[in-house]
Amino acid sequence: MTVTRAPAETLSVLDRSNSYIGKTVPRPNLDRLLQGRGQYVSDLELPRMAHVVFLRSPYAHARIVAIDADAARRMSGVIAIVTGRELEAVITPWVGVLSHLKGLKSAPQHAIAVDRACWQGEAVAAIVATSRAAAEDAMEHVVVDYEELETVTDMRTALDPATPVIHSALGDNLAFERTLNAGDVDQALSDSEVVEADFVFGRHTGVTLEPRAVVADWNAAEARLTIYQGTQAPHMVQNIAALHLGLREAQVRVVCKDVGGSFGIKVHIYADEMATYALSKLLRRPIKFVADRVESFNTDIHARDHRCRGRIGVKPDGTITAFEIDDLTGIGPYSMYPRTSAIEANQVVNLVGGPYVTANYRARARVVFQNKNVMCQYRAVGHPIACSVTEGLVDLAAAKIGMDPVEIRRRNLIPDDAYPCASPSGMKFEQLSHHASLAKLLQMMDYDALRAEQAALRARNIHRGIGIASFIEVTNPSAAFYGVGGAKISSQDGVAVRLDAQGSVICQTSITEQGQGSESLTAQIVGSVLGVSMDRVRVTLGDTDNTPYGGGTWASRGAGIGGEAALQAAKALRQNILDVAAAILQSTPAGLDIVNNSIVNAVDGAPRIELNELARIVYFRPDTLPPGVQPELMATRHFVPRQYPFAFTNGVQASWLEVDTETGFVTLLKHWVVEDCGTIINPQLVDEQIRGGVVQGLGAALFEKCIYDERGQLTNANMADYLVPMSGEMPDIEIGHVVSPTQETELGAKGAGEAGTAGAAAAVANAVNDALRPFGATITEIPLTPQVILTALGRI
Amino acid sequence: MKAAAFAYARATSVVNALELLAAHGDKAKVLSGGQSLMPAMNLRLISPDILVDIGGLAELRGIAVRAGVLIVGALTRHVDLLRSPEIALYAPLLRDAVAHVAHPAIRNRGTIGGSLAHADPASELPACVVALDAMIVVRGPSGERRIAATEFFKGIYETALSPDELLVAIEVPVAGQGSTFFFQEYARRHGDYAVVGLAARAVVAAGRFTDLRLGFFAIGDRPMLAAAAGRLINASVTSALLAEAATALADELDPQEDQQATAAMRRHLATVLLRRCVAALLARPDLEAGVAR
Ligand SMILES: Cc1cc2nc3c(=O)[nH]c(=O)nc-3n(C[C@H](O)[C@H](O)[C@H](O)COP(=O)(O)OP(=O)(O)OC[C@H]3O[C@@H](n4cnc5c(N)ncnc54)[C@H](O)[C@@H]3O)c2cc1C
Repeated sequence: MTVTRAPAETLSVLDRSNSYIGKTVPRPNLDRLLQGRGQYVSDLELPRMAHVVFLRSPYAHARIVAIDADAARRMSGVIAIVTGRELEAVITPWVGVLSHLKGLKSAPQHAIAVDRACWQGEAVAAIVATSRAAAEDAMEHVVVDYEELETVTDMRTALDPATPVIHSALGDNLAFERTLNAGDVDQALSDSEVVEADFVFGRHTGVTLEPRAVVADWNAAEARLTIYQGTQAPHMVQNIAALHLGLREAQVRVVCKDVGGSFGIKVHIYADEMATYALSKLLRRPIKFVADRVESFNTDIHARDHRCRGRIGVKPDGTITAFEIDDLTGIGPYSMYPRTSAIEANQVVNLVGGPYVTANYRARARVVFQNKNVMCQYRAVGHPIACSVTEGLVDLAAAKIGMDPVEIRRRNLIPDDAYPCASPSGMKFEQLSHHASLAKLLQMMDYDALRAEQAALRARNIHRGIGIASFIEVTNPSAAFYGVGGAKISSQDGVAVRLDAQGSVICQTSITEQGQGSESLTAQIVGSVLGVSMDRVRVTLGDTDNTPYGGGTWASRGAGIGGEAALQAAKALRQNILDVAAAILQSTPAGLDIVNNSIVNAVDGAPRIELNELARIVYFRPDTLPPGVQPELMATRHFVPRQYPFAFTNGVQASWLEVDTETGFVTLLKHWVVEDCGTIINPQLVDEQIRGGVVQGLGAALFEKCIYDERGQLTNANMADYLVPMSGEMPDIEIGHVVSPTQETELGAKGAGEAGTAGAAAAVANAVNDALRPFGATITEIPLTPQVILTALGRI
Repeated sequence: MKAAAFAYARATSVVNALELLAAHGDKAKVLSGGQSLMPAMNLRLISPDILVDIGGLAELRGIAVRAGVLIVGALTRHVDLLRSPEIALYAPLLRDAVAHVAHPAIRNRGTIGGSLAHADPASELPACVVALDAMIVVRGPSGERRIAATEFFKGIYETALSPDELLVAIEVPVAGQGSTFFFQEYARRHGDYAVVGLAARAVVAAGRFTDLRLGFFAIGDRPMLAAAAGRLINASVTSALLAEAATALADELDPQEDQQATAAMRRHLATVLLRRCVAALLARPDLEAGVAR
């Protein structure tokens, strides 16, 4: 580990003896999950629970002329068949816009389509039955009369006057447009060598192991709806469900226990989930919806699908003079609720060129509607696109002037001592470490030796490539992300900690756990700060009735924001405990400390009283405490970043791969990442977050693509034809760290969850082009399929 | 994704299975390893009224060698092919090929009979039995018949089997003197169905092919025995001759286009496979190197 800042003069709360910070400790929830005692919504059974299956439009765009469900209604096990019109009685439609994304527009979306279906897979009717199988049987007998409408599928022609407008009230198919102009791009380009390329990104999706799952239980007697759902943002779900069902938030409880993967897929409000809440209210019983795999492909948000023209200006000495992009993306027929589908394009504009000193930057991004599944935020929103465009252009510029890809980066990356500073798009950087990271990466991969090996193999007709990609990552978002745009998505998080009567600690946090290790990092922080061993810390999360109010876990914010709240809450509780201890021991709080579950002398560490004894006195013999002492063995703290809108992190990745130039197949040989997420709470969790993220990025680079035909039919909505990355194709992924803690928090942690995904595809694409350099072929399209590579090589 | 309701019968003997099939006609489906049938039923692509489970029939199991013929029972699982010493000795092509079939969990259940009866044109084993010149042994209401593997596959998921027949065994001539094998496929990921693949059997003597059977798969609607192989038999193979054979191969192929590959790409990959196969079987790396365009 390289630490870029000298440690603080005094020991922080994190440097205490027996600290768990920076240590790989096993996750507290591991045994539970490994012994099959996880609490996944898919497994949940409630008395009187019914199952809903959605009949989905087979057409990308069609008028619903009539729905005949009479025969289906009479089938055994069927409880109700409900259309969009009927469901309107209990739930209102929504429009996915935010006010800070100026000009963003969308049309009202219904829980179940009313009159018109706008993508293949949109729900047209709900079949509720005693089992999923019975509902599927009945579904085959629901007859829908559709009138097919003209479809809009190609984003490139979506804005043409000849193309039909999907929502006529909106006037056109343009959902959002943003332009940015910093410095003098024209001047800079006119004085430079200019390289230009069209970057194409396949549409893909998150493919969670456990599909989206929800059980909604309307209790008419309490006038209360309990929603059990695998979500990343329980309070957001509470707010939205209440809003559209005409309830107060207090009437909605959201419970989210274990979640089988989410990756951003489960941070949105889906129409079929809203329909499930509404059906429970309508039918006054628990209703379960678990998406099957085909539904998941057709309705879980898709992402990426961008076409971006990029230009870069470079001087013979390697100085990059300007970046320019024109980005286009198609988001499906609606902007997703409530985070909107303009965020990814917006991020692309924010992030292109971000690692470099280049001040001249011009960008345009356009977001258009089309009759395909909705697109929205998925792990590393916008980053892989911005990184692939930026790093692809930088490599092209290096090739143009005959400079090594490492050297051009050395000459243009923001110097490590230039902070704080801002990017041309206005992003504020507190402290990044591009150069330290690059130096570490080159050492880990033994860059020069690898280049020599590459040259030797080339002589034997073996074509290997090295690809490098520097990146920045948005983490710890403040209210600038959603709150300022009017979304009721909290950017603050809260943690409550209390000492129980035997000296153990109960901790409630508003961040959620989908496998990242939120539970572990919370326990590590609380245990360290309090001086309590981790096995005595119990963490509760994912329940709007039983945790403080907060945002949840998304946008790489759990450790940085929720972790800081945990730290501050534990500090407060510690002070309260020491106050009581001082009273009991006739000492002073400053003269005491808590170590290993005991109060000890601060000076010599001599044990004074065990925490369980202190708790016994407080809870059962308060009569023995000095008069006027009222112990407060519970503390709650909240935290939100205020100084920086985002805690930017940075890193660099490298890929080493081989291209079979006869077959077009790529073999990934090795991947390296150096990342700077500030304070590392649990190295193993951070490394595995990065590895998992890299694998998702490699999936995008080589395999994953939602393939639509020209009529808007998704043609590979299954696990055989949609290729997720699998272990057999994955290289070893080596990870290193540089540590620049954020000064905005005492914890110093920034996010790490999306770093891997941000740069992996860019590194691979650069490596493939590096391998193909002797053939004069350049590819700026992902996934890099054998078909794409053979075509570029002119073999077919 | 739940299968529609169906009835289930566990056959007690081959005779009993044939009776059940005769009684239900094309409304019945044989259930073997279930690794192709169950996914199709769960997707409701097919909804048979009744499944006839042959999984308990010991008479369909086992691998034996009799009179120069290797007999493989229909219920032999993929994993059995992978581990069997008889297969390794007499038909190593099957062992090499089956390592490319799916993943361990599927190989533990999937059977050779099921794979051949299912007749997916991208499957490995059908191409192997064609290359090995095997006979498919089938039993029906009127007794047993033997069908040459080259005659067995009729199209995508289509075979010479009729709905009242059961595939009971595969008979493979055991590998003789000078026999060598080659198996390679191009698949996007380990365990995926191939984009294009080749299962070959050859007899090599004094650096020449005296026999060469090239079973291509994922290249048409059924496994294809390439006629172009004929040009390389009893000839001194040069780069020029190999190039000629490759051209002939490209001409005789009529590949389909799908999400993995255009027809042109399949043709191209087939010729790459041909060159690599010939270079490997003749132990002549020069033949492979000489083909790079
Ligand atoms: C994820 C996955 C990946 C796979 N990848 C591959 C791959 O790469 N290559 C490959 O070749 N296969 C692959 N398979 C398919 C697998 O090999 C199957 O095992 C095989 O295709 C069918 O064998 P089975 O015993 O499971 O047959 P079943 O699924 O039970 O039956 C298949 C069909 O054959 C019929 N049938 C079965 N046995 C008989 C018989 N004795 N007589 C008459 N009819 C019969 C059935 O009625 C049915 O129509 C894959 C499967 C899965 C699930």
